Amino acid sequence: MSIIEQLDFSKTLSYWPRHNEAIYRRLESKHAWLEERHHPDDDEAVDPLDNEMILNIGPQHPATHGVIRCVVKLDGETIKKCVLDIGYLHRGLEKLAESKTYQEFMPYTDRMDYLSPYSNNVAWCLAVEKLAAIEVPERAQWIRMIMSELARISSHLLWMGVSLMDAGAVSVFLWTFQFREDLYNIFDEVTGARLTVSHSRIGGLVTDLGEKGIEMIEDFIERFPVAVGEWEKLLNRNRIWIDRVDGVGVLTAEEAVELGMTGANLRGSGVGHDIRRFEPYLKYDEVDFTIPIRTEGDALARYFVRMEEMKEAIIIIRQCLDRLPEGEIRSDDAKRSYPGKDEVYYSMEGLIHDFMVTDTGVCPPNGAEAYHAIEAPKGELGFFLQSDGTGRPCRVRINSPSFSNLQGLESMLEGGMMGDMVVMIATVDPVLGEADK
Amino acid sequence: MAVPWYWSALLAFVVVNFLLISASVLVYAERKISAAMQNRPGPNRVGPVGFLQPFADVAKLLLKENIVPYLANPFVHSLAPFLMVVIAMTTGALIPFAKGVVVADLGVGVLVLLALTSISVYGITLAGWSSNSKFSLLGGLRSAAQMISYELSMGLAVVSVILIAGTLNLTEIVESQAGGMSLLGWNLFRNPIGATIFIVTAFAETNRTPFDLPEAEQELVGGYHTEYSGMKFGMFFLAEYVNFFVASFFIVTLFFGGYLIPFQSALVSAVPALDGSIWLSLLQVMTLILKAGFFAYLFIWVRWTLPRFKYNQLMTLGWKYLLPIALVNVLVIALIISLFRTF
Repeated sequence: MSIIEQLDFSKTLSYWPRHNEAIYRRLESKHAWLEERHHPDDDEAVDPLDNEMILNIGPQHPATHGVIRCVVKLDGETIKKCVLDIGYLHRGLEKLAESKTYQEFMPYTDRMDYLSPYSNNVAWCLAVEKLAAIEVPERAQWIRMIMSELARISSHLLWMGVSLMDAGAVSVFLWTFQFREDLYNIFDEVTGARLTVSHSRIGGLVTDLGEKGIEMIEDFIERFPVAVGEWEKLLNRNRIWIDRVDGVGVLTAEEAVELGMTGANLRGSGVGHDIRRFEPYLKYDEVDFTIPIRTEGDALARYFVRMEEMKEAIIIIRQCLDRLPEGEIRSDDAKRSYPGKDEVYYSMEGLIHDFMVTDTGVCPPNGAEAYHAIEAPKGELGFFLQSDGTGRPCRVRINSPSFSNLQGLESMLEGGMMGDMVVMIATVDPVLGEADK
Repeated sequence: MAVPWYWSALLAFVVVNFLLISASVLVYAERKISAAMQNRPGPNRVGPVGFLQPFADVAKLLLKENIVPYLANPFVHSLAPFLMVVIAMTTGALIPFAKGVVVADLGVGVLVLLALTSISVYGITLAGWSSNSKFSLLGGLRSAAQMISYELSMGLAVVSVILIAGTLNLTEIVESQAGGMSLLGWNLFRNPIGATIFIVTAFAETNRTPFDLPEAEQELVGGYHTEYSGMKFGMFFLAEYVNFFVASFFIVTLFFGGYLIPFQSALVSAVPALDGSIWLSLLQVMTLILKAGFFAYLFIWVRWTLPRFKYNQLMTLGWKYLLPIALVNVLVIALIISLFRTF
């Protein structure tokens, strides 16, 4: 390639106009009567009053929960057609993972679903542990469960706050954020960080759950169900709120499965799929909890499902705290997980192991493959890993729930009203850090 | 009663300034009340307990750049906020603050009131249209549709009041509520359905939650005032607060006895020196402001508690429920009045 050709950026720089053109073409293509509009000789197909309008909602829009872009074709207030444009938060996580050791990649998962970073950490560690066949001590598993459920509450609280705020009730947002603040304090106490927790380690945890942490969690699970009860009192019989969500964004069970919805979006449509029950990981097979399911498939059903899930999470945390065993929090195998700090500081072998685990990391067998999914707050969060025998993954693929849930959004939005749009984006509960990876 | 022109001019000056100050007090009150509802402190930095915050905000807005979008119609774009403020202030001229204390004591005061509230929709619609932004346009259209659907019910609610009072003059409407110790004679008790409809439509007319669809910051990113900046935005803001305060005054005037002090006749007979004195007028102004303050609080309270309606739900409520109820209410009241003329 000559130097002149290399300097010719016309193709690269014209990416954006071409991308936009493709989106607008997609906006036109699906319905036959829209295609007819392009033949002006057919008088009936022309929109004589020029009622239609193409509106770009996002990427900078207060109700898009990040940087999602919906290009909608409006007829008055009705959304005729919608095309989603995602990828504004793409950071190439899957490719980045290939140049990191397994442990080094874990902090990146914090930035995926930044509302429940702990669940992402756990999902990643479980996938790596499955790949490298690492045993995790009992106590670590129970602590992981407690913290994942707290992350679930945190995520659902944000969903609840913003969906109410999008519907116009701003106060609820601040009430939920007070409880999220408590949760962040718990995370701060237990993990040392409020948002990007990075608390799991391959083979266990970095620090133990101390007395103070347990106290804070116990205090939280005492107060939280009361607050949920109060919110339900306010919302469940609130005519305006129920009217806003009732029958909005309906997905039947078949549609939900076909579109690949997961999590509360799937369970709200009457498909009782929850990985915690059907492929139990950690200790979910040893605790007693119910999986809330609604059959209506609308935003109201998803609202009820998520509210119930928050209460179930409290029940699970209670059982975990009761059954929390004493013992190690990290696998004792120094070739596969970090040795304790005492060992690192006071023994030569510990120091060497620490260095080796940081530098080379865990080396799963060559050719090993593993997929492990957990039930993250948003749905099935899975990591597919391929090993080439080195300390760095050969391939990583992320099955993120927000990405698959967004597939349903387009068909939900079509036929809705402009006012439904914000409710529907909220009810799908996407986190774009995760969808765009 | 002929009032010298300088007296009217002075009163108008006082009323306009009162409304301007009350707008900033209401902004402060709204922020403090919403803060209390959301368990947070609210503004507390500027001045004692943050009381000067609205004035700081106004100073900030005055210093902001005035941005007119490239494709906007600059004349209409500038006209719209002025229209809003002027109309909001003009409606203030009709409020009878006390017996004889009113800027424009018109024989057709109620009609002027309805006319002025109808014009105020132009401010919003023109703002939405002239900004040449799709979000603003949607906000303007929503506003136009909303105003039309609610004006009818509002008009009918007012008609029921006119039927009872037998006059279009606002002062006389207030005086007609003097029965029952100036408390049971309120139109609220004589015409409860009309009162309810008027309060609901007043929320819709002033674009306050749950009827704030033209703004709908989550869907339309501010709606009609998306493209406004600086003091032009400030004028919309001012007009909103003046509007709902004036609306509270009219709710009180039409249905809650206006400036009448409860047990006024008992008070006057107990202290005969009060009759016709300036002190009675002052007491009446205080009473009116207290009553209106309660409704201003109601406006704020509702805003921070309820979600917003959807466009079609709003239309359903306006046309399918409020309008027929208002019509039947007017009919029933007209029948009762023609049958028993005594009330």
